Amino acid sequence: MKFLSTALLLVFSLFYEVNAQNNNMALVEGGVYLPLYGTEDKLVKVNPFLMDIHPVTNEEFVKFVKENPRWKKSNVKRLFADKSYLNSWTSDTTFTGIKNAPVNNVSWFAAKNYCECQGKRLPTIDEWEYAAMANKDVPDARRIKSYNQYILNWYETPKTFNKPVGSTFKNYYGIYDLHGLVWEWTEDFNSVLISGESRKDVDKDANLFCGSAAIGASDLMNYAAFMRFAFRGSMKARYSSQNLGFRCVSDLKN
Amino acid sequence: MRTTIKKQMVTKMLVGVGVIALLTSCVNDQSDKKYDDAIDIPVNQEMIAELTAPPMVPTPVGKRMAKKLIVDLEIQEREGEMTSGVKYVYWTFGGTVPGSFIRTRVGDEIEFHLKNHPDNKLPHNIDLHSVNGPGGGAESSFVAPGHEKVFSFKVLNPGLYVYHCATAPVGMHIANGMYGLILVEPEGGLPPVDKEYYIMQGDFYTEGKYGERGLQPFDMQKAIDENADYVVFNGHVGAMTGDNAITAEVGETVRLFVGNGGPNLVSSFHVIGEIFDKVYVEGGDLVNENVQTTLIPAGGAAIVEFKVEVPGTFILVDHSIFRAFNKGALGMLKVQGEENEKVFAGEIYDGIYLPEGSVIQSMPTSGGAKKPKEEIKALSFEEKMKFGKDKYMATCVACHQANGQGIPGAFPPLANADYLNDDVTRAIDIVLHGKSGEITVNGKKYNSVMTAQALSDEDVANVLTYVYNSWDNNKTNVTPEMVKAVRNR
Repeated sequence: MKFLSTALLLVFSLFYEVNAQNNNMALVEGGVYLPLYGTEDKLVKVNPFLMDIHPVTNEEFVKFVKENPRWKKSNVKRLFADKSYLNSWTSDTTFTGIKNAPVNNVSWFAAKNYCECQGKRLPTIDEWEYAAMANKDVPDARRIKSYNQYILNWYETPKTFNKPVGSTFKNYYGIYDLHGLVWEWTEDFNSVLISGESRKDVDKDANLFCGSAAIGASDLMNYAAFMRFAFRGSMKARYSSQNLGFRCVSDLKN
Repeated sequence: MRTTIKKQMVTKMLVGVGVIALLTSCVNDQSDKKYDDAIDIPVNQEMIAELTAPPMVPTPVGKRMAKKLIVDLEIQEREGEMTSGVKYVYWTFGGTVPGSFIRTRVGDEIEFHLKNHPDNKLPHNIDLHSVNGPGGGAESSFVAPGHEKVFSFKVLNPGLYVYHCATAPVGMHIANGMYGLILVEPEGGLPPVDKEYYIMQGDFYTEGKYGERGLQPFDMQKAIDENADYVVFNGHVGAMTGDNAITAEVGETVRLFVGNGGPNLVSSFHVIGEIFDKVYVEGGDLVNENVQTTLIPAGGAAIVEFKVEVPGTFILVDHSIFRAFNKGALGMLKVQGEENEKVFAGEIYDGIYLPEGSVIQSMPTSGGAKKPKEEIKALSFEEKMKFGKDKYMATCVACHQANGQGIPGAFPPLANADYLNDDVTRAIDIVLHGKSGEITVNGKKYNSVMTAQALSDEDVANVLTYVYNSWDNNKTNVTPEMVKAVRNR
């Protein structure tokens, strides 16, 4: 029975992979994983989903803005995007930088609406983190030193946003650029609270940063994740940032 | 007519005197008042805080009243040079490591504007040890790239305090240079001195070893192991040596505000050839006198004061001494003025003393068997000179000095040096295996020890080629093969 279901899943995933690649999306097989903020007994289940293999580019976003004028720089409501929204664009429809670089300086509201207009949605933190555990060869590379060092080095390198999508490695699922170009919005980016006083988070908020995660934070994998969570925690939905872009996902339709 | 003018003048003068009297009484009213609790000290007027990059400090507070002080600090993540040929991405408060020096007095209300530059990748915050409040301001100052946070606090306790970033992962933010000092002067200010400087020690962890060329990323594992590649004053090797040395005149009193950002190491701060007349222990009220070396904890500070009696170059070190000569924790204070033979008479006798068992010490090598990572080889003579110079600046300059002039009586010169030019094989041998005992260079005798250097054949060839082709030496081109031959003898 178990064998059968595995075989089925395999066929299933093969089918989706073929299908998905046409839409520039790749299948992420679901599973369970232990997030940074979890404890051993709190494994999180992630259902299978499709993910854009590239972040959304300048070129794609300018098309979206033309079709949806309310997201033009000059029209956008301050409630939905702060002053730095599309900051480097010289007009409502002229971006700077290269056309197939990830779009940046986009608020969460704009990113969310973009995905909705494509019939997609933003990934959840768990979906994003789950897909981003993969390196070239394995779905969970978090214990591999070179993988973590790659991520940490990227976090330390200034100005990586103006590079073409696809210029970093293709991961196990066939997805590019999860690490190496820009941070990415997630649907529930602010649901794991990092208050800004990270030491307190570690000490007191046992639900989010239980003892084991805090002590085990000497693991390189947690350091990289800490930085992502810290970044997300510093953002608000109307904020935008030069080093922040996004990509979309969609559910599997049966 | 004349009388009218006179009258007017008299009236004006009277008014003037009155105003002065009023002002004086006003000033007296405030300064005479003593407050048992610093919380009650009132503030009047607003002032933009003067911020300075190390090694400079802002103007002393003197007798000024407590004010509302606006501090405007920008966080920048930027590439800098750790030592010649080695690049590092620093995260900074105000563009420098350590960050800008903030000078306040007890009772000041600080309105702190923390700005995170839009080019930055990460959120940051600031924890000031001079704050009475949760997180030292960390929670209130957590700021996303491209944003600004404003928070305020009143400084209550006089002293010298460290500030640093406390965003997860805290260790990494500090290790990349996010620390600085904030001084809270007591009412009336610290006693005036002639010179004041700002120095902060920090330890750095890079993927490559000390001096390995190129952009070196931060190495988390080494940081966790507390295995530092660089221990430096003011952010990089040589920040306070040569042309960057701090200066004073004979007879002046020098005050150093010394901090230690860590992240890991505790500093044994010492000035070679000076005794601290006064140390404000740990930056607080306790004053110790006549101190040789003072301990500065990571995340702590001290104020040291001393009068310089004689001219010369005084070397500032972390007296955990390998950090000074092998990892960069070395600075210089150059003092100019008249010699004073009562205080220091210099050399008065030079004899021979040879105890038994005097041997050369050697540096640990990686066993010879363990090949170092592939190194960048110099392809041209120009490149050889460049790499050689970098290696010289990282390894040799502490003793032989920037222009090969050495230090009279202690370290022999390399510039136009007969001992060097006479025998290249001997020179290679000394670099590889060290040298002790008496030698004569340009007619002067030296009797000290050079340790064997743990350098590759390529490095030795580069550095010696640089030395031979500088400062009027005989232009020998030393090749790695020549070095290998001497090594295998």
